[in-house]
Amino acid sequence: MANLTINGKTIDVDVEPDTPLLWAIRENIGLTGTKYGCGIAQCGACTVHIDGVAMRSCGVLVSEAAGKKITTIEGLAPDGALHKVQQAWIANDVPQCGYCQSGMIMAVAALLKDKPKPTDKDIDKAITNICRCGTYQQVREAIHAAANV
Amino acid sequence: MNPVPNLNRRAFVIGTAAVGTGLALGLDIPFGPTVVRAADGAPEVNAWVVIQPNDTVVIRIARSEMGQGTLTGLAQLVAEELECDWSKVTTEFPTPGQNVARKRVWGDFSTGGSRGIRTSQDYVRKGGATARMMLVQAAANEWKVPASECSAANSVITHTPSGRTTTYGKVVEAAARLEPPTDVKLKDPKDWKLIGKSVKRLDTSDKTTGTTVYGIDIKLPGMLNAAIKDCPVFGGKLKSFDEARVAGMKGVKKVVRVGDSAVAVVADTWWHAKTALDALPIAWDEGDNAKVSSASIAKWLDEGLDDSQAAFVGNQNGDAKAAFASAARKVEAVYNYPYQNHAALEPLNATALYTSDKCEVWCGTQNGENAFAAVLEVSGLSADKCDVHKQMVGGGFGRRGQTDYVRQAVAIAKQMPGTPIKLLWSREEDMQRGKYHPITHCKLIGAFDADNNLTALQMRLSGQSIQFSVRPEALVNGMDPGAFSGLNAKGEAAIGYTIPNLLIQHAMRNPHVPPGPWRGVNINHNALYLECFMDELAHAVGQDPLAFRRKLMTQHPRNLAALNAVAEKIGWDKPPPQGISRGIAHYAAYNSCVAAAAEISVIDGNKIKVHRIVAAIDPGYAVNPAQIERQTAGSFVYGLTGLIYGGCTLKDGRIEQTNFDTYNMMRMAEMPKVETIIMPSGGVWGGVGEPTICIAAPAVLNGYFAATGKRIRSVPLRDQNITFA
Repeated sequence: MANLTINGKTIDVDVEPDTPLLWAIRENIGLTGTKYGCGIAQCGACTVHIDGVAMRSCGVLVSEAAGKKITTIEGLAPDGALHKVQQAWIANDVPQCGYCQSGMIMAVAALLKDKPKPTDKDIDKAITNICRCGTYQQVREAIHAAANV
Repeated sequence: MNPVPNLNRRAFVIGTAAVGTGLALGLDIPFGPTVVRAADGAPEVNAWVVIQPNDTVVIRIARSEMGQGTLTGLAQLVAEELECDWSKVTTEFPTPGQNVARKRVWGDFSTGGSRGIRTSQDYVRKGGATARMMLVQAAANEWKVPASECSAANSVITHTPSGRTTTYGKVVEAAARLEPPTDVKLKDPKDWKLIGKSVKRLDTSDKTTGTTVYGIDIKLPGMLNAAIKDCPVFGGKLKSFDEARVAGMKGVKKVVRVGDSAVAVVADTWWHAKTALDALPIAWDEGDNAKVSSASIAKWLDEGLDDSQAAFVGNQNGDAKAAFASAARKVEAVYNYPYQNHAALEPLNATALYTSDKCEVWCGTQNGENAFAAVLEVSGLSADKCDVHKQMVGGGFGRRGQTDYVRQAVAIAKQMPGTPIKLLWSREEDMQRGKYHPITHCKLIGAFDADNNLTALQMRLSGQSIQFSVRPEALVNGMDPGAFSGLNAKGEAAIGYTIPNLLIQHAMRNPHVPPGPWRGVNINHNALYLECFMDELAHAVGQDPLAFRRKLMTQHPRNLAALNAVAEKIGWDKPPPQGISRGIAHYAAYNSCVAAAAEISVIDGNKIKVHRIVAAIDPGYAVNPAQIERQTAGSFVYGLTGLIYGGCTLKDGRIEQTNFDTYNMMRMAEMPKVETIIMPSGGVWGGVGEPTICIAAPAVLNGYFAATGKRIRSVPLRDQNITFA
């Protein structure tokens, strides 16, 4: 049993403490917007915010996340509104298959919180998520668009 | 959040008595014409178009959406002829079971070979036009005026003489009762309003909020999860496993044999299933294939390069051998291209529910009908008792045209009747049980006369055939015609050069590693071999690589136009900026002509920075230019990832790369600026998702030669300590 605070709600989750947070989120809590891609913190499809920091949830244990504030793609913009990154994603028609985009958006939202006007170099350094469809060009354009909102 | 996928929406009601169990009937009047209804009661005008009373237009999409944008493009084609309000368009996937029950009213479901739009554009546009004519006729009947006095635009029908109007939603009930017209004319392309327009994708919003349901996200009541391990040596068998060692582990429900080579653990959660599977002692009978290594395959393929070995001839004119004998000068080189894994970011998965009289599967697939056939075969049930519910696909690239994962899911579910089973492969399983880009080597020989004119070219491929393994019925007297993609004498994938003496051969050698179509299929290596070697030939006689190609392309105006377009835009006739080198390449396949010009720099001889690639594509007709740009740039990411980081190698008969730490992927920082010229010349319908992939690698490699004077002939570059800067 673990006590997790996710998207503003604190809940008891029947899960072993050494379970990767990704699987607790997807299977035990039932939020499937956070994706499994590699399980070794390489691809970033499982990126969530833990206390406001972008983390790859496949590499974080439930025990490490307990007591911290977890935000998933479903909770990025509370109250049904869209976060400015999501809005920029829609305006720039970024996703192709879309599978990596939850993680990509979470990574970008964290970047813009730290650096509201990132340079291309900042983006290159911070956004290392894998997109197999190759949306990187649109991702970059949309980041700049979101930064200029 | 929706815990259960909306089955009603997908399993829409259909009204034909031929349908067996599992599908309700939608006959709503006992006499007169049959109206077929969607689950919400809205009538079908025809199989492609459902219109709701509020004017919402539901367009049926038979092909799969895996990111390539076909869903939006196909909807544009239907809507163009339907003359509906684009802002009211939604889409849905009919199921393969419904297609079979309705005599394949939606045609082919397969989504590969860049065929989604080009091989269905005719009948989906007709579907839209037919529906429009029926809607207009229904309004005309109501007004008691000739249909010829009425017109339709934006879902509004107008009687021109009187100015009366109505909407599609108001007349759809009557329209659905009309006999479809037989004489349906399609618009002249010059009158298109929606085709050719960069409208926004229809599937974007849910992909930004995490609400899109992919196969991996399926939840069904009482569902259990399965993790699977297949013999890591292809062709090997499962000998035994020690179930007792994991039976007591948390959440474990059952350990099952799957076919003769795999074992799966079924548990309450996938994480429990995977944890138990990792702890399960398994004994394999690996067989003789365990002796195969990359080195042994390379040796076998190299032997096939020798003229003494048997080979299929794919294209031949003149007498290349005689030309070599009398040549003033000969140039020779050997290239190779490795196995590649698709590594779609969504690992393979399928959810199956089997009972004694029904079997349903929910999965991402590029070929719903192949998946359906697999369900029938493994379940042993008849077509009226099976169906496949297609989900959004988290990347396909060719891999999800195959059905191994679907078969496994059904085989597991069959051992647990009544319980839905979601089978998910780990990334490691996905990497090691792939259907790989085929491996080939290639020897090329060029001959010049005393005036430095190219008189002969021989290109001898040695290596794997995809069709030998995937569709042996497609072989022609043993030959795989696809192996010559882009090198043929004529057709949709013809060579773009005229060379007096030409000989192109394929010495087919099929190692035990299962191949499959991988975005671009055979053009990744064919284009790299041909276009790098053309560059070698140009430099061998001291000619500009562009000018050298142009001389051989006078009879290939469409190919030449694409090449000229990138040359002009990159400014080939002027020197590149300081420190920058350029490479150029072009190709034709899938009925599209493509070209690329790359600007790169090389640091310390082994770090490549690709600054910019100018691309051109002539797909005949361009349905959605913004999506074509995205496919072009995306294909470069896929192709350049394969060039620099890719390559699957074998040791002891198994693939060595297991995850993204050993099979790296290009990231944001390595992405060049891609500028795409879309130059639709009309007359043919070409593909978009694949053709451009093959030109990025040779353009970059030719640029590397321009920068360093060194010719790279082996892929991947990481094996030669060359990487992205």
